[in-house]
Formats: sequence, C-alpha cells, structure tokens
Amino acid sequence: MAQAHGSPIATPLADRHQALGARMVEFAGWLMPVQYSGILEEHRAVRTRAGLFDLSHMGELYVDGAEAARALGYALVTDPASLKVGRAHYSMICFPEGGVLDDLIVYRLAEERFMVVANASNATAVSDALVERFAGFRVVLDDRSLATALVAIQGPASLQVLTPLTDVAIADLHYYAIAEGSVAGVPALVARTGYTGEDGFEVFVDVAAAGRVWDALMEAGRSAEVVPIGLGARDTLRLEAGMPLYGNELGPDTTPYEAGLGRVVKLGKEGDFVGRAALERALADGPRKKLVGLAVRGRGIARHGYELFAGGRRTGAITSGTLSPTLGEPIAMGYAAPSEAEPGTILEVGIRDQRVPAEVVVLPFYRRAT
Amino acid sequence: MAEDLRYTKEHEWVRVEGDVAIVGITDYAAHQLGDIVFVELPEIGRVLTQFAAVGVIESVKAVSDLFAPISGEVVETNAELGARPELVSGDPFGQGWMLRIRIVDKSQLDGLLDRAAYQDLTREG
Repeated sequence: MAQAHGSPIATPLADRHQALGARMVEFAGWLMPVQYSGILEEHRAVRTRAGLFDLSHMGELYVDGAEAARALGYALVTDPASLKVGRAHYSMICFPEGGVLDDLIVYRLAEERFMVVANASNATAVSDALVERFAGFRVVLDDRSLATALVAIQGPASLQVLTPLTDVAIADLHYYAIAEGSVAGVPALVARTGYTGEDGFEVFVDVAAAGRVWDALMEAGRSAEVVPIGLGARDTLRLEAGMPLYGNELGPDTTPYEAGLGRVVKLGKEGDFVGRAALERALADGPRKKLVGLAVRGRGIARHGYELFAGGRRTGAITSGTLSPTLGEPIAMGYAAPSEAEPGTILEVGIRDQRVPAEVVVLPFYRRAT
Repeated sequence: MAEDLRYTKEHEWVRVEGDVAIVGITDYAAHQLGDIVFVELPEIGRVLTQFAAVGVIESVKAVSDLFAPISGEVVETNAELGARPELVSGDPFGQGWMLRIRIVDKSQLDGLLDRAAYQDLTREG
C-alpha cells in the first residue's frame, strides 16, 4: 500500500505531468501534480470549459458476492441494497463511536458487485475496516486501488469532449450513474460523478491504459481548450461547491450530523450497522458543533486551523479556506457552536493578529447554472 | 533582472532612486508563491527596521512575510495592489512594486546580495 513506502508512489501519468511543467507534491503517499499553469487559471478553466484530473491515487475496492449488498449495509451508514444496478450514492464508513472513518462513493456494477471509491489517504484503512466488518458475510473484497487509474474530466465542455471517445451513451448517463464500456478503445467504467460542482465524468481504467486515455482526452479536448488540473484547483473547486474534505471537515471526532450530512445516515434501513447505536444517540443528543460556510468580510484568507470567535469567545476553528476564484472573495468552512451557526450570524476569524468578520452563509458558495 | 538591483535572502529586490529605495519581491518568489491574492503593506509614515517582517503576501496556498530590505520611513505604497494583486505575479519587478522607503543609511545596501549572489542563491533552490 502507498503508506508503507518510504518514498511516494508515482501514478502512471507522472511523466506526463512533469512534461507539462507541473509542480509535484507528495500527497497521501503519492506523487501528485498540485498545479500546472496556476491554481486560479485552472479553477476558471473547469468552471468555463473543462479540465482533466489524474485521480489515480484514489482507492477502488471491489465488493463481490451473494451478500455484497448486505455486507456493505452493515459496514457503511448507507443502504447499498437500495441502489439500482448502474447507480451510485455518496456514503460514509463510521467508527463504532460514530465518528467518520472516510467518506466514499459506492457504485453498484451488478446485482452482486459493487465498487467502493475511497480517499487516497484512507484507502488502506477502509480496506482493512471492510475486511473486518465483512466477517461472516458471503462476500469478497478485492482492493484494486493500485491496479486502477482514474482520469476525470470536469466542466461544461466535458460531455462534448468525451462523447466521441466512448461507446457509452454518456449524454443519457444520469448524475451518480455508472456504465461499463470503452474509452479511447480501452475497457472502462464511466461514472457521472465528480468533486467540482460541474458536470463531468470519472473514467476508471486499468493502470496500463491510463496514458492512452489521458492522451486521447487531451487531444480531443484541444479545440475546447481543456487543460490539466492539479490538486490545488481541485481543492478550491470542491470548496466553492461546499463539498467536505476528509481530514478537514470530516474525521474521527466528527459525526455526519455535525458535518451537515445527516441525510447520508440511513437509520431506517434494516439491520444493525457499525456505529448505529452511537449515531442514534448523536442524533437524539444533537450536535456538539456545526459545520458552517463562511464569507470572510475582510482582506485575508481564513485558513485551516485559524480560530473562530463569537462575541469575543472562541467558538471553533476553520477547517478549509481559500480565496474563491469565482466569487473573488475569501470563503471558508469551519465548525462553530450550534447556537452560533445560523446563516447571517457574524463571527470573527483570527487571521494573524486581527479578528476579521466572517458571515455564516448557506452552502454551497457556488452552484452551476443548469 | 536589472544589474542595479540588490536582493535579500528572503527574495525582496531593491532599486535605489536618489534617497528612496523601491522594493518588491522577485519573480523567483512570485513563482514559488503561486497565485497571489492579497498583499498587506505597512502604512505610509511607518518607520521600518532592516530585515523586520513588515507585511504579508497571501497566495492561494500559503502566507508569506514581506521583510524590509532596508531601514527607513515608508513614503509610498503601491495602491494598485489592493485591487490587482496579480500584478505581483505578472510583473514583479515593474508594476508589482510594493514600497518606496526613504533610506536612512545607504551602507545597509552593502549587506544585500548583488545579482550574481542572488542568482547563486536561487539556482540550486
């Protein structure tokens, strides 16, 4: 696994990123591009045209067997049994105490076959937890993370760029649906999912085919001026779209309810699941803190770890923050006491030695026009 | 990069015009920082001490201190940078200038790097 290595693992596209002049960084044990031409420019490219992402560091865990749906229903907070074949949903795997171990997307590929996509930083932990939780179920876990490459195209031009390259009828592919077919002549899973708030597709292929798919998309994207996008812009895009990042908004000390994601926990599903008792209690007790969106009303970026104040008293901290390229203003997410979390509340962020006003706003900061 | 500039180890440049020093950050620094989004400069009239942290340059990914390359009073700051911080990234030696300082001790410039020394510093960096 990536975390066991002393030096970071290169994705199959690392040479291409370096040839494109990418600034590379170590992330979750992988060598990844953080930016090519610049974060602001890449961000705007995705919002107005389309961008290509190498997401090969993500974890892909296949779950197969007669009891695959039941086993996943026990291991996760959602009810994968309710997914139709070819559909997906956002999910979480929680600790028995109710905190979040990872957030995931679960795709149903067949009646008895699922693919669970986990964050790169948690792929091993999720794999280990699933193995443990699957004990006693007729199910097999096949961790194919290192054998799978993931190339995403995101932005309004995505459909037009990908269509000629695939035999999948992607114009008819619903949001959060997945289909099997080919892309650039190689076998692929194509999902209409993403982490940017734009239309887009995630293409899962064998690592050996990654270069071919990347090159084909870059070539096909030329007239639409598609550009490669690094982790820097990936972060500003998801933050504008109000999407949580594990390690920032989500972690072992946070329940889904506190993160505003209570709808993901299906307490109504049949049977026990890991964390059920703790989550039922958490729902009944109410959250200890609440995730808020913040529009910083001052000059300065509210960054991860900066303190949040209400009426001069510390109420929490910033979990993520940046300058929103689309809004032209600093935005952030953070945790505040539930009593201070109403939209319209003016809190203060400690930015160096100043207290800068920040207004609680409803998430997301950006929603695409559809 | 002009020959008549001096540089600090923290990647500020200085150009002397009479008894005034014009200060900015180098293209090397701008490139390292990435997209610059806010620049906090000391107010006019403030007296700076050489090598003290006097301002802040914020990029999307990081916060960086601006250090005074020379002691003296701030006589002007680049008002354009409030609305257009991207001038620092785009033209760090020209339109991206940051401060004008009235020099109190010209010999302080001798303690700064010349072009060759600065290029050595950034070459292996």
